Amino acid sequence: MQRVLELKDLKKNYYMGDYIVKALHGINLKIDRGDFVAVMGASGSGKSTLMNILGCLDKPTEGDYFFENKNINLLNDDEYAEIRNNKIGFVFQGFNLLPRTTAIENVELPLFYDRKKEKKNFKELAASALKKVGLQDRLHHHPNKLSGGQQQRVAIARALVNDPSVILADEPTGNLDTATSLDIISIFQQLNQQKITIVLVTHEPSIAVYAKRIINMRDGHIIDDKKTKQRSAKQDLKKIQE
Amino acid sequence: MKISNTLKIAFKNIVKNKTRSFLTSLGIIIGVGSVIIMVGIGEATQRNIEREIASLGTNLIIVYPGAFRGGGVSQGTGTFNRLSIKDVENIKTYSKFVEAVSPVISSNEQVIGGGNNWRTTVYGVSEDYAEIRDYKLASGVFFTEQDVKAGKNIVVLGKDVADAVFPDDEPVGKSIRISRVPCKVVGVLESKGQGSFQMSQDDLIMMPYTTFQNKINQNRFLRSIDIKSSIKDLSVTQEEIRDILRNSHKLPDSSEDDFRIGNQTEITERATSVASLMTLLLGSIAAVSLVVGGIGIMNIMLVSVTERTREIGIRLAVGARKRDILMQFLIEALVLSVIGGALGILISFMVLLILNNFTNTQMVINYRTIILAVGFSGTIGIFFGFYPARKASKLNPIDALRYE
Repeated sequence: MQRVLELKDLKKNYYMGDYIVKALHGINLKIDRGDFVAVMGASGSGKSTLMNILGCLDKPTEGDYFFENKNINLLNDDEYAEIRNNKIGFVFQGFNLLPRTTAIENVELPLFYDRKKEKKNFKELAASALKKVGLQDRLHHHPNKLSGGQQQRVAIARALVNDPSVILADEPTGNLDTATSLDIISIFQQLNQQKITIVLVTHEPSIAVYAKRIINMRDGHIIDDKKTKQRSAKQDLKKIQE
Repeated sequence: MKISNTLKIAFKNIVKNKTRSFLTSLGIIIGVGSVIIMVGIGEATQRNIEREIASLGTNLIIVYPGAFRGGGVSQGTGTFNRLSIKDVENIKTYSKFVEAVSPVISSNEQVIGGGNNWRTTVYGVSEDYAEIRDYKLASGVFFTEQDVKAGKNIVVLGKDVADAVFPDDEPVGKSIRISRVPCKVVGVLESKGQGSFQMSQDDLIMMPYTTFQNKINQNRFLRSIDIKSSIKDLSVTQEEIRDILRNSHKLPDSSEDDFRIGNQTEITERATSVASLMTLLLGSIAAVSLVVGGIGIMNIMLVSVTERTREIGIRLAVGARKRDILMQFLIEALVLSVIGGALGILISFMVLLILNNFTNTQMVINYRTIILAVGFSGTIGIFFGFYPARKASKLNPIDALRYE
């Protein structure tokens, strides 16, 4: 199995004046290609900090972070931006779409910042990403004309558009009702079947059961890391609708 | 990220906030517009002055009485007047480069004629004066060398005087009394129009200097000697006149000139220097409004950065580098100010067009001013846009994404 992420004894401290907050105490974690990991924990458990570091939005205080077997601790801000751009796709709780910007333009956004590949057909790529999440007939809608579920699909399409190695989803269903949540999770499961690695942060056990692997965190430690029998969100959604 | 993409984003954002963008640019529009208009007005004034001075006469040289220096203290021009008719004769006799020369004496006198009363300046001059100062006759003749030698009581009236004293009649042949001296009008001058500084060049009477000295004012010293040079290089003529006058005044080598020689170029320079100072002043005042406009842009960009913190977070999360964010906001400020500059130019064109058509000024639009104004507004965009853009680029993506 191909390794996507590996954390070795990773620590993160926050300094608030003289006061040190230890958010992560030596995390060891390996995630392979095609995995679907749910990171669980109460607020303050360090899961968001872990997510930020995995997403290259923040740097660890100590320890090593290997991304596709490359130690990325030594990279500079611009190289971090590049990894965020074409290796990682983000999906957030609050969707984080650009307001007053059409769905397709939102999905195009990562392509604008892609310096490696000289892609010309931004529109085509964005449209095909939106098709993957079933929004092919909503290309030119503004976010405020879309439902919460549709907005989150646009966000997933945006995460997909640059063919990332991993999708990081931070409470993607936090603002959605149960049916819509299952719908979104089923999209993640569908993408996962196409060998896309997914890391999902959630505090809801009912969402975590759709992952292949559940990691429990408390006080900056991983207290539990186990494989689980994955439920099918699609089937559960059917049951609800019946 | 390519510049063209950044430009696209900047334009999109400007169009999204039409009203705000327009109000922001308004400062720059007004600033650039007023700079161009003010400089246009200033330069038009400068040109007018130049034109008027050219109408004084061509190749004109004027000798003034010099300052007397007693004990190292200058008493000011004219305190010790030594210019006399003899100097005029010497110049006439010895100079190779002088085409025409005339003494000038003047005084303000009361004039009565045709039942009307008028106060004007009476000049005692030679027959060459009209040629020297480019005066043309509307009717009658100018007095001749013989008239001057004979000291005849004849005068030539300026247009204003003719209109005031003989409003309905032809003045030539009429009699006029200048401080109780009866004179015959032999000619009327063509109008030269309004002079600079609102002084009319037509409110005057000319008479032979001999008559003037004998009958009007016994003062033997001259107000000035006006000379027309036969060659273009006035400095050569000036040097020659200087030598002649020094000889005429028997000045030893060690002493300074007791006269001062000015020429038209100098007068032009002095007068236009005032006008160009005015242009500079007007331009600077307008430039201040341009700076104020720049501060307006900075203000709006700062608001915009705060307002779009989340957007910046999103952009950073999907892979924007700090410099991409910096460029985006910088270009937005630049586009705002350059659009403002372009609109300002457009408006100033219209204003100048209107002013030129409805007033008698001929304002000019200077390409230098336009380039300067556009360059300046661009610089202001970059200068005042930099701080907000930098602030935006320094945002931490995590905090920016969480910003409510």
